[in-house]
Amino acid sequence: MEASLQEVPLPGTALAEELDQRLLIVLRDGRKVLGVLRSFDQFANLVVEGSVERIIVGEQYGDIPLGLQIIRGENVVLLGRVDEGKDTPEGLTLVSPAVIKEAQRGEKELNKLKSTIRARMDFLDLE
Amino acid sequence: MLFFSLFKTLVGKEVTVELKNDLCISGALHSVDQYLNIKLTNTRVHNEQKYPHMMSVRNCFIRGSVVRYVHLPPGAVDVEVLHDATRRESRGG
Repeated sequence: MEASLQEVPLPGTALAEELDQRLLIVLRDGRKVLGVLRSFDQFANLVVEGSVERIIVGEQYGDIPLGLQIIRGENVVLLGRVDEGKDTPEGLTLVSPAVIKEAQRGEKELNKLKSTIRARMDFLDLE
Repeated sequence: MLFFSLFKTLVGKEVTVELKNDLCISGALHSVDQYLNIKLTNTRVHNEQKYPHMMSVRNCFIRGSVVRYVHLPPGAVDVEVLHDATRRESRGG
């Protein structure tokens, strides 16, 4: 089970390759942040500059500007490299922050309603 | 260190990482570190429509703490060698 150490980057260099790149950061609560990675540490705590939170509801998406952020590593799920050109997702229409927040609220209400209905059905234990 | 070494032998292989948030990502294992953080290249997401934000992501870094499973190609690991290494590790540690 020998592997040459030159092939595999040392711990701590994995994110070094992503410095100054525009990244998509997916967080544990499902939020997506896009921004330029400026700093990181061994816990994957991140400093992101020029960041936006991208909210996607159905066919619409909106970017809420956040600016300079520090993200605690324990909340990070993954970091994805986004090509500069392919920044905007295909097949989705950009809307203003107000519109997308309203859409998000609507979706949350719908999900809450669905889960209460589901909870009532489960209670009945029809199976 | 055992699993770190195991993953090092799998660098370059095609794997599927299943995350605790149920996201499944396939790609070539680019690198791994001591925390079992995983870097994949040439990634593609299973069930793409559910995760539109991932559509243009081809390379990603996955924090080790969010991994549920790493699905390996059959025959990628010599189980006998792994078995022996495990016994040696448990004896030493």
